[in-house]
Amino acid sequence: MLSVTGVSKHFPGVRALSEVDFTARAGEVHALVGENGAGKSTLIKVLTGVYQPDAGEVVHNGSPVRFTTPLQAQQAGISTIYQEVNLVPLMSVARNLLLGREPRGRLGLIDFRRMHREADEALRGLGIRVDVRRPLRELGVGAQQMVALARAVAIDARVVIMDEPTSSLEPREVRTLFDVIAMLRERGIAVVYVSHRMDELYEICDAVTVLRDGRVVHTGRLADLERLRLVSLMLGREIGEVRSEGLTKFTGSHRSAAEPVLRAEGLTVRHRLRDVSLSIRPGEVVGLGGLLGSGRSETAKAVAGALPTDSGRVSVGGVPVRTGSTPAAIRAGISLLPEDRKAEGISPGLSVRENIALAALPGLSRFGLVDNARVDRVVDTFVKRLRIKSAGPHQKVGELSGGNQQKVLLARWLALNPKVLLLDEPTRGIDVGAKAEVQALIDELADDGLAVLLISSDTEELIEGSDRIIVLKDGAVVDELTGDDVTEDALMRAIAAEPAATETPGSARD
Amino acid sequence: MTDLTLTRGTVDRERLLRLLQEYGVYAGVVVLLLFNFAFTSNFVSTENFRTQAVQVAPVLVVALGMALAIGTEGVDLAVGSVMALSTSLLSLYLGYGPWMATLMAVAGGIAIGLANGTLIAFLGVQPIVATLALMVAGRGLALVLLPQLEDVRDPGMASLGSGDVLGVPYLVLIAAALALLVAFVVRRTTFGRQLLAIGDSRPAARLAGLPVRRVLIVVYACSGALAAVAGVLATARLTASDPTSLGNLMELSAITAVVVGGTPLSGGRVRIGGTVAGAVLIQLLTTTLIKHDLAPSWTQMAQAVVIVAAVYAARERGKR
Amino acid sequence: MKSAAVHEDADQDGAPGRGERFSALAQQHGALVTLVVAMVAASLSFDTFLTGDNLENMALSSAFLAVVALGMTFVIVTGGIDLSVGSLFALGGVLAAWGSQYGTVVALLLPLAVCGLIGVVNGLLIARSGLAPFIVTLAAMLGARGILLAITDEGSRTYLVDKDSFFATLGQGSLLGIGVPIWITVVLFVLGAVVLRRTRFGQYVYAVGGNEDAAALMGAPVAGTKIAVYALSGLCAGLAGALNAAWLVSGVTILGSGMELEAISAVVIGGTLLSGGFGFVSGALVGVLLLKVIQNVINQIGSLDSAYQQVVSGVFLAVVVVAQTWLGRRRRVL
Repeated sequence: MLSVTGVSKHFPGVRALSEVDFTARAGEVHALVGENGAGKSTLIKVLTGVYQPDAGEVVHNGSPVRFTTPLQAQQAGISTIYQEVNLVPLMSVARNLLLGREPRGRLGLIDFRRMHREADEALRGLGIRVDVRRPLRELGVGAQQMVALARAVAIDARVVIMDEPTSSLEPREVRTLFDVIAMLRERGIAVVYVSHRMDELYEICDAVTVLRDGRVVHTGRLADLERLRLVSLMLGREIGEVRSEGLTKFTGSHRSAAEPVLRAEGLTVRHRLRDVSLSIRPGEVVGLGGLLGSGRSETAKAVAGALPTDSGRVSVGGVPVRTGSTPAAIRAGISLLPEDRKAEGISPGLSVRENIALAALPGLSRFGLVDNARVDRVVDTFVKRLRIKSAGPHQKVGELSGGNQQKVLLARWLALNPKVLLLDEPTRGIDVGAKAEVQALIDELADDGLAVLLISSDTEELIEGSDRIIVLKDGAVVDELTGDDVTEDALMRAIAAEPAATETPGSARD
Repeated sequence: MTDLTLTRGTVDRERLLRLLQEYGVYAGVVVLLLFNFAFTSNFVSTENFRTQAVQVAPVLVVALGMALAIGTEGVDLAVGSVMALSTSLLSLYLGYGPWMATLMAVAGGIAIGLANGTLIAFLGVQPIVATLALMVAGRGLALVLLPQLEDVRDPGMASLGSGDVLGVPYLVLIAAALALLVAFVVRRTTFGRQLLAIGDSRPAARLAGLPVRRVLIVVYACSGALAAVAGVLATARLTASDPTSLGNLMELSAITAVVVGGTPLSGGRVRIGGTVAGAVLIQLLTTTLIKHDLAPSWTQMAQAVVIVAAVYAARERGKR
Repeated sequence: MKSAAVHEDADQDGAPGRGERFSALAQQHGALVTLVVAMVAASLSFDTFLTGDNLENMALSSAFLAVVALGMTFVIVTGGIDLSVGSLFALGGVLAAWGSQYGTVVALLLPLAVCGLIGVVNGLLIARSGLAPFIVTLAAMLGARGILLAITDEGSRTYLVDKDSFFATLGQGSLLGIGVPIWITVVLFVLGAVVLRRTRFGQYVYAVGGNEDAAALMGAPVAGTKIAVYALSGLCAGLAGALNAAWLVSGVTILGSGMELEAISAVVIGGTLLSGGFGFVSGALVGVLLLKVIQNVINQIGSLDSAYQQVVSGVFLAVVVVAQTWLGRRRRVL
């Protein structure tokens, strides 16, 4: 049993946690819910020894403890699985699994045969079969996450904390994960489950604690809490509001012109995309549906020139665009908001101003010299329009919250006045408030005549935001949902359908 | 309420540390100057200032190029060899006049820079290794072209090396002008801003459509060109071309100047003012130690300590 | 429990096809193949190449660089770099020469202690204070050379080793017709290989180089590992310097300049990735030998001087690294 009482933690200028009480009980799966910035990460880091609380105490098995390093927490039986797989990609699965606990033989040297056997057994115990000798990076992300889980469980943990564990998993891997969690529960292990995904929470969790602005606003059994009430607690808004507007901020369908502005035909990338074609009309929001690995991000990247294609054509307004070249796509009016905002989106050390102006810089310069007055005007316009909250345009983007970073990125692309906007998971990992703002903005942009491609693993968001949905599976288009067919059920069915059944002519063309 | 004051206290300390790391190098220069004013005989004389400034000039020019490379999260270890190559080329082409010779020398530097840039930008080789390879090959090439020391007997070169305008040596003027130029490029040109973005987060820069490869190649070409210019300046001052020893360990001095001056090795920020101060600081340090009869051994050890102190003060305050 | 097996089908996520397997093999053995080819070519082109004397000479003069490269391998696998080894080599030599007057034990222990200590300081600054290895070891390079100058009257004093002492035999003696330094090098390499591949410490070295943050979260002693590898590098450099002094029977003060770069070149050419997380000790040995063969070939040609050797070495390093990067790219699953 692990708990914190009266814990507070602050950083310069930010009160991350205020007098938080939280308890993870043995044999219980406890959901930890809240927007980003609500304090979930901070709480977890306090529980696992990454941070020390400024006030309050951490209690483990009845006695107060003070973990000064994550290793100490781990040795005390507290294990954490993170959103990003925290293993060593270049090393083999077995070596990753048993790092620090390698079985040793004569002379204290590692017995590799035994190590491979033990690793294999540990993974089979969770229903996973992989070649443990292969480097970890050769596995898909889902399998890698399973290895991380196996490692956590094998270390004889009594408390397992999972931070957004399913964000990179396929449904069948999620099932495996839930089976493992059930097993952990039976073994009397306490599980802390942090997630945005309500379906999962309601399926697997027993208790729930909701954080908002660093405080606990609710704690209790999850079964006693209605979904809408949960959302309203997180948002701090009234239930009536939420219900009438649906769970997302999207208003429904948009009016769009007749002729498509973007046409992509026959996009093929070895092992990733097979003859993917799509088109988007100005003012239309086209959603890309499908499982992880179905090729959604790859499609967006291919259209935006960030992924070189083996074959295929892209044209904007009838004019062909050279594939495989980001500058060419940008010149043609295509903008891509990438999935991984931290690694591929923002320049964290540069200011808000620099980030927003980054892509548009050549256009804001004369003879190679930057026209600062114009840059200031553009930046100002977008900060206002997107309501970007920062200590000023010169603050480093790395210091902003996820939601504001996303807005800065959006501003960067909008500053180019694009004709086509490709959004890959635009509201992932940002708090509910900012999420709503971004969704409303997408609606606005479509109404203004922009052609939008929307990729979202939040099914509700995808359904409510898109006018049409193109369904991808294993890198190929398998179906297209229009009009009344744009529902969750239809989407699920399209994804689950057997290949032969969906092979209807004209199903993927516009 | 106590919480608030605690917060403010932490913020103040952070701010102080940041000021220290930004302006520490200037403070260091001032301290050394004052020390020398007080304790070193004959320090305050036009003659001495002239000598000091002239000695700093080549290092500074090299450091300017190094700063650009470091700004992209790279490094240019070949600069010393470029200096050697440029002096060889200079001697070889002196027969065509000093201007032609200088042009060839700079062309050589640009060529090495382009080679570096191609390896790094197009072939994906890490900057340390790429420039290391060119460093080794470059000096070899310099020695192949000019196996032994040769005197430089050219009136144009001589006046470059010892002449002045209103008391300020040509060498110093050129170095200063180049520093201003590079600072301008970094702050006000698209190229400069893009350079910083590339150093800050390369994948982000790529996806934002920045011409990453083009910028990198130009950066290393510039570094090569500047190192070659430094080679010409040094040759003019020495009135001799010595490819064996010219530029030896220059890359270390240049990196020291840049790092001590506050430009982080992780890229994304370039402080030209700091680089200038850093070059001056090293020069002053060496001179101070020499003028007080401290052996070269102490100079080296002192340099080591200064480098560590500077980087220590400049590290990211990540731990809370 | 339902066993929803996550079955990793080789075909599904991009089979390690022939291209990948070739790249992996080339990475591992490319240097060795090149070495063999080079040696064959050299012996065919020059009569004087494949003689016992020449081979012995090459082996002996590469032994010292090889030991330095051994320590450097550990550092590079953790993703770091050690620029101080050249100065430590020279310092080790001088200390050994000076200490030899007090016997072999001192002659060996003194350089090991001092150079090892400097390595530990490097490691502490890098691991505990988080400073960049490049800069720290650069400072150490300068500092160590400063110490060297200080103890040799600014480089003017050369301590001599008694030719008849036991210490001298470590450098000049031979066992079964092969020089002692060569034996020592081989033994060290075997030990090094075992430590890197077969001990838990070795796994930590790979882990820290492969993904430092993950290694820390996995409970690996990151700081301790880093300190250990820099200490190891210092020890190797010091030991190599000591052996070198025994071989030359004197502590030459101007040595070691540029040696760090040679060592790095050798390690990289041998197949160890500069970015860390991947590499092997034998690669350093192959790399050193390869560089030595090139040097020897150029000397054989006679009319070319050492400047050409530099050019060739530089170009060769560039070619090897490009090949490495190119091969590495093909293996990566995007």
